[in-house]
Amino acid sequence: MHRLAALLFCVSISPASLALWNNPYPDSQTSENILYSSFSERPKHLDPARSYSAGEYAFIAQIYEPPLQYHYLKRPYTLVPLTAINMPRVTYIGAEGGRLGEDAPVSDIAFSEYEIQIQAGIRYQPHPALAKDKRGEYLYHSLSDDQVDQVYELSDFMETGTRELTAADYAHQIKRMANPQSHSPIAGVMSQYIVGFAELSEEIETTLSTLEDGEFLDLRQFRLEGVTIVDRHTYRIRIRGKYPQFLYWQAMPFFAPLPWEAERFYAQPGLKEKNITLDWYPIGTGPFMLAENNPNLRMVMARNPNFHGEHYPATGDEVDQSRGLLADNGKPMPFVDRAIYSLEKESIPRWNKFLQGFYDNSGITSDSFDQAIQFNPQGEAALTAEMSGRGIRLSTAVATSIYYMGFNYLHPVLGGSGERARKLRQAISIAVDFEEFISIFRNGRGVAAQGPIPAGIFGHHPGEAGINPYVYDWVDGRAQRKPLAIAKKLLREAGYPDGIDNTTGKPLVLHFEAIGSGPDEKARLNWMRKQFKKLGIQLIVRATDYNRFRDKMLKGKSEIFLWGWNADYPDPENFLFLLYGPNSKAKNNGENASNYANPEFDRLFERMKNMENNTERRKLIDQMVAIARRDAPWMWGFHPKDFSLHHAWVRNTKPNLMANNTLKYLRIDPKLRADERQQWNQPTLWPLGLMGGLLGVSIIPAIISFRRREKSTAL
Amino acid sequence: MIAYIVRRILYAVPILIGVNLLTFILFFVINTPDDIARSQLGDRRVTTAAIDTWKRSHGYHKPMIYNENAQGLGKFTDTVFFNKSVRLFGFDFGRSDSGRDIGYDIGQRMWPSLAIAVPTLIVGILVNITFGLFIAFFRGTYIDFWGVVTCVILLSVSSLFYIIGGQYLLSKLFHLVPISGYDTGINAFKFLILPVVVGVVSGIGSGTRWYRTLFLEEIGKDYVRTARAKGLSEQVVLFRHVLRNALIPLLTGIVVVLPLLFMGSLIVESFFGVPGLGSYTIDGIQRQDFAIVRSMVFLGSVLYIVGLLLTDISYTVVDPRVRLQ
Repeated sequence: MHRLAALLFCVSISPASLALWNNPYPDSQTSENILYSSFSERPKHLDPARSYSAGEYAFIAQIYEPPLQYHYLKRPYTLVPLTAINMPRVTYIGAEGGRLGEDAPVSDIAFSEYEIQIQAGIRYQPHPALAKDKRGEYLYHSLSDDQVDQVYELSDFMETGTRELTAADYAHQIKRMANPQSHSPIAGVMSQYIVGFAELSEEIETTLSTLEDGEFLDLRQFRLEGVTIVDRHTYRIRIRGKYPQFLYWQAMPFFAPLPWEAERFYAQPGLKEKNITLDWYPIGTGPFMLAENNPNLRMVMARNPNFHGEHYPATGDEVDQSRGLLADNGKPMPFVDRAIYSLEKESIPRWNKFLQGFYDNSGITSDSFDQAIQFNPQGEAALTAEMSGRGIRLSTAVATSIYYMGFNYLHPVLGGSGERARKLRQAISIAVDFEEFISIFRNGRGVAAQGPIPAGIFGHHPGEAGINPYVYDWVDGRAQRKPLAIAKKLLREAGYPDGIDNTTGKPLVLHFEAIGSGPDEKARLNWMRKQFKKLGIQLIVRATDYNRFRDKMLKGKSEIFLWGWNADYPDPENFLFLLYGPNSKAKNNGENASNYANPEFDRLFERMKNMENNTERRKLIDQMVAIARRDAPWMWGFHPKDFSLHHAWVRNTKPNLMANNTLKYLRIDPKLRADERQQWNQPTLWPLGLMGGLLGVSIIPAIISFRRREKSTAL
Repeated sequence: MIAYIVRRILYAVPILIGVNLLTFILFFVINTPDDIARSQLGDRRVTTAAIDTWKRSHGYHKPMIYNENAQGLGKFTDTVFFNKSVRLFGFDFGRSDSGRDIGYDIGQRMWPSLAIAVPTLIVGILVNITFGLFIAFFRGTYIDFWGVVTCVILLSVSSLFYIIGGQYLLSKLFHLVPISGYDTGINAFKFLILPVVVGVVSGIGSGTRWYRTLFLEEIGKDYVRTARAKGLSEQVVLFRHVLRNALIPLLTGIVVVLPLLFMGSLIVESFFGVPGLGSYTIDGIQRQDFAIVRSMVFLGSVLYIVGLLLTDISYTVVDPRVRLQ
């Protein structure tokens, strides 16, 4: 009988009969149409007025729908309507109030008015804030203490409701940005453009001071001069002057609609204490809604049953057809029913779970780079045989970002527009070999920058026309960094032959402001010192924490620093404004961290920034880039290259670094995933038997020894 | 005893004020209110006015510890320190700088911490006592020698190695358990196996050595010799006499850590993706969220004081000779 039981046990735990022991998800989900991914840092805010980071947009961009979005496949990045029926109609208005033509000079334009008409019939996701009783009264707008006591999650509200999206909801959200309580990061920018925005902020602040703590502020009672509701589905935004980039903001969650009912609902006493706030429980019209909000563990997006529907794009780039990216042309989206994002702080478990098939996509960290990627003789990145064998696919894209090394233009030695300082900066720009930096520290994931504008942005020139002639030569069909001798010559002309200051006879000593001093950082800093050493310049690293670093930058006390910028929108203005004099960080708390100032550059920028993309604008940009390259306020650093991996069962993956609402385009083959997981994750049981055996064997001598001792005499 | 407990609780008040003040000073030496505001608002496009508004709405616009412009007691009470600290003594942790209710978060996150810490502690104690008794029983033999050598090797290895090694072997190579993650209720079981195994194995070296020392100390005492002289078997001597008397230091060592189990483990929670209080603290530090940092330091201090008090009380329970006055 015992033998039979043992046999049954052995059969029952044989690998073929086992479910996956290491599956972190319930077995019931195995064949479901769910996308699995991870996030490494819990989002701080999910309020569209406040959220401003990629990690937060990964969630809210699937929920909130601004009027515009980026075309998923087309490059360069192109805006298309989302909830809007058409692209906004722009009207230019002169100082006298008269309408101007589209080609009116920028100086004549006092206001631009954007008229946006949204689709009728769009409805919000089911939400208790919109739930009504039979009499049409809101069910949960006047919660009693007892009701609040019984609620722990938003899902504890049994009833939900919906209503149609209206133009007033978009207007309401713009007012929310003006509300100082919302702490919207772009309130400062918008107050410069949207008519009446700053005034509304002041008015709200005054009103807030008269309210009791926690009292609901109904923004419907306030008027925002620059926003007009034309009819139920149409609204106008009036901004000062001409600002074509305003359209790009309309594709960001800041300008997504928000129903007043949501604010009224969340403002009730007691809900905040249970973290039931608008900041944590979004309400939108998008393809997904937040079904589970546990930022400490997982975030679950579920298909919004009220979604208005959208179809997969029918057109794309030339290569999209051959890559199968147009196979779902015209099919209704979204394709997945749910998306489960698990919090995964450490890269090792995250990577291993991807390899086990429990995450559908993954980035590549330095630790796993060699396992995943190899470079062919032409220097192109490709997957290793191990990854290819698993059917994993690699997507790469040059980010619309730049990491640059800046010189503080206010510094007496490095800064200023004088010939001496300029040649010194140019010499250093040649000496610091960013191709080597990319190769050593970024595993080749980057493109050395030739100027401030990355590829894919209007104004960028590929090939020979786009090289920085002060740092590179065009040799054998590629940009080649100038020889060090040129840098030494420039240094000599600057008055520092071999790094010795002519005036003092002492070595030139420069300071690099570094953030952090860990082992990885130490290698980078040593490399940096070596680059300056090539010219005989002593580089002293001043390592500090980010707070102190930021403080130095704000006070203009830095010398050389490394910083970066990730584009808000794909327009050259969003990069060139980093060099615009009045945006000086030290003087005006702007984004010009190097405090670069060149009157000619500034003059051209002011002309260029409000122009449409045309030949004239391109010429101006070329002039500005040429000036910046000559003045070299930055070593231009590099544009990072994003590498991402996807399993074979994930379809329609194309990196789109401007769009955030990309979840709806992804399609999953759950059957293939289940099969692959089963194949890759069969439990290996022999180690358990081996351990038990070893334990048993090791006990035998102890038992023998014990018996011998028990039987032995005392003397 | 009640008077003793009351007295100890009263002693705790100035200690907690001191801890709170020290946390406050250390935190604000590194982070200014402007830094905290920027950390919350982000670096991009944020204006000075927005920073000022944020500080005002979160109470960081006041003087830090001493308000020169206030009158009377207001010089101390109308300050950031007072306003952020006083409610802690009523265990009202308030809201984090990002707006979440801290008390609610602590209530949610302490369970995952306990789910790992309690089984790790219990299984660890049982395993360590077993090994400790085993080695003590075979004292002076090759088992004792190699047991101690193994313990020294085990305790010399970094806990990070156990975590990564455990994940590599049990999950990546043998596919026996999920590599990381967590769930609620009964579903949490499969996620707890690996962190508990890692926690127990990583503690065997130090634990077994400590228990072995305790047992050996007892074994050498007169009453053990008397027990043996009575003709009792060695296992009866060990389990009935040695183990019971060794329980006093053992118990006090355990009781003192009991309250701290709530605080979780930073590294374990981070690597295994467990949403406990250990990762909550480090999140607060990384985000420069002073409200979370001060709350967790305060809670840790309270729990430590409670642990010490419980230790004192446990002495009276296991040793009738001890009386608290």
